[in-house]
Amino acid sequence: MDAWVITRRDLAHWARQPGAVIASTLLFPVMIVLMFGYLLGGAMTVPGGGDYRDFLMPGMFAMTMVFGIGATVAAVSADAARGVTDRFRSMPMAASAVVVGRAAADMLNSAAALAVLAGCGLAVGWHPHHGMARALGAFGLLLLLRFAFVWIGIYLGLTFYPNPEAVTAVRTLEFPIGFLGNPFVAISTMPAWLGAIALWNPLSSTVSAARQLFGDPIGADPSWITSHAVLMAVAWPLLLIAVFFPLSLRRYQRLSH
Amino acid sequence: METPAIVCEDLGKRYGTVTALNGFGLVAPQGAVYGLLGPNGAGKTTAVRVLATLLRPDSGRAEVAGFDVTSQPAQVRARIGLAGQNAAVDEILSGRQNLVMFGRLCHLPADVARRRADELLGQFGLADAGSKPVRQYSGGMRRRLDLAASFIVAPRVLFLDEPTAGLDPHGRNEVWESIRALAASGTTVLLTTQYLEEADQLADAISVVAAGRVIAAGRPDELKSLAGGDRIDVVLREARDLIPAARLLQVQLGAEVSLDHDTRGLSVPVTDRIAALAHVIRSLQDEDITAEDITVRRPPWMRRSCT
Repeated sequence: MDAWVITRRDLAHWARQPGAVIASTLLFPVMIVLMFGYLLGGAMTVPGGGDYRDFLMPGMFAMTMVFGIGATVAAVSADAARGVTDRFRSMPMAASAVVVGRAAADMLNSAAALAVLAGCGLAVGWHPHHGMARALGAFGLLLLLRFAFVWIGIYLGLTFYPNPEAVTAVRTLEFPIGFLGNPFVAISTMPAWLGAIALWNPLSSTVSAARQLFGDPIGADPSWITSHAVLMAVAWPLLLIAVFFPLSLRRYQRLSH
Repeated sequence: METPAIVCEDLGKRYGTVTALNGFGLVAPQGAVYGLLGPNGAGKTTAVRVLATLLRPDSGRAEVAGFDVTSQPAQVRARIGLAGQNAAVDEILSGRQNLVMFGRLCHLPADVARRRADELLGQFGLADAGSKPVRQYSGGMRRRLDLAASFIVAPRVLFLDEPTAGLDPHGRNEVWESIRALAASGTTVLLTTQYLEEADQLADAISVVAAGRVIAAGRPDELKSLAGGDRIDVVLREARDLIPAARLLQVQLGAEVSLDHDTRGLSVPVTDRIAALAHVIRSLQDEDITAEDITVRRPPWMRRSCT
């Protein structure tokens, strides 16, 4: 199948450049965990009680999904800018294979990054409190969010590939997206207007849902959207997919205009 | 009659306010190397992108190997190869990994794709570099890998968009050799270039492209003899006037004048043909040299565009 050939290409990239993969997808999140968990963590208290590192880990899982947007955008825009995409398009292969193969490769990449980060979490004392099934449910919701981000990334990559600066800008926006949500700090500590933005950030619902399913502290947030975090952590990604899946396919077809 | 390898009829394509193709027409017979010669922005790349099914034309139609590029793109894609400016290879993978991947995407079974990759690496002089990542390749090696990738399933029609742009003379010669070998195997090649020399080296027939259309077509030698642009030809009544007239025009127009003693003819290249014509007539009159005939000769593509 053509899409699998494209996915395997990415896996071959890992094998060719293990150093780059380890640094970008594995070391970076681990470094952030250590930085926030130990360097800043001492000054952090979680409203409603609980250990900050337990509060942080679900946030870091979700941030890893956010960092994936930049990876997708970079890969898609590099292929489009260098003409690799054009070569694929001139070949007698399934037209869907380019995007489907990309999506599959990114999902595998993110699953691997989650596994490493979970291992890192276990090493610093974090662990799921509510059993294996709920923990897997939490990882499933995180990957669902990543799947939505894949289509945002493909859309942005195909839109911005002629401007490398725009592609870089997407990467620099990853942290602000995280800070405008609840991965690092509880929403109840924010000013009301900022808290409202953070609450409606799709990322926050996934983080809250993961905290609930892992049995980690959720930071004393009585809002409706947080009480229904699991529902919202399904609804938000589905909404994003409903918008960006057709948009990215349209972008791909518009390459011939 | 044999189906032409490529037919373009009145192709039009605009990007916003820029007209890239404007009544582009072309017929290329099978088995030939066909050159599209023209400056940057003339529309060569746009024409290749339309023919390779990467871009939909706004108007007109095009066929490749007998199939319509807009309504039968799958059939076209199964019969073409594309290399050059618009096609590329994966920089991180090795040359062999690239060729195996593209072979698999041409639906070759895994073992066939591997065998074909090794064959192509040998054929394009990359056997020793096959397992190195493409990032470490020279410009010429990269282009040859690009050519090899477009040749996995020997295509009926091969599009090469400025295949030697940016290469040093050594790399360019390597790529030329590869293109000649591909053409010798019977594939129809359409290549674009900005250089008459390259078209002359490789092509059996050339179309000159300007402002989105073909403005002249012919064999390389036909175009080459006229490539200099406008000329003024003068035939003198007296053979003894030939040398003084030549010296006069050389000084007045600042250009190399060629002489033909048998026909008492002078020929001089000019940039502004109207002003130069007035100048030539006046200068000859002033020196009491009588001309039997004075003509302005335009290169064939300029003549065509005026009709």
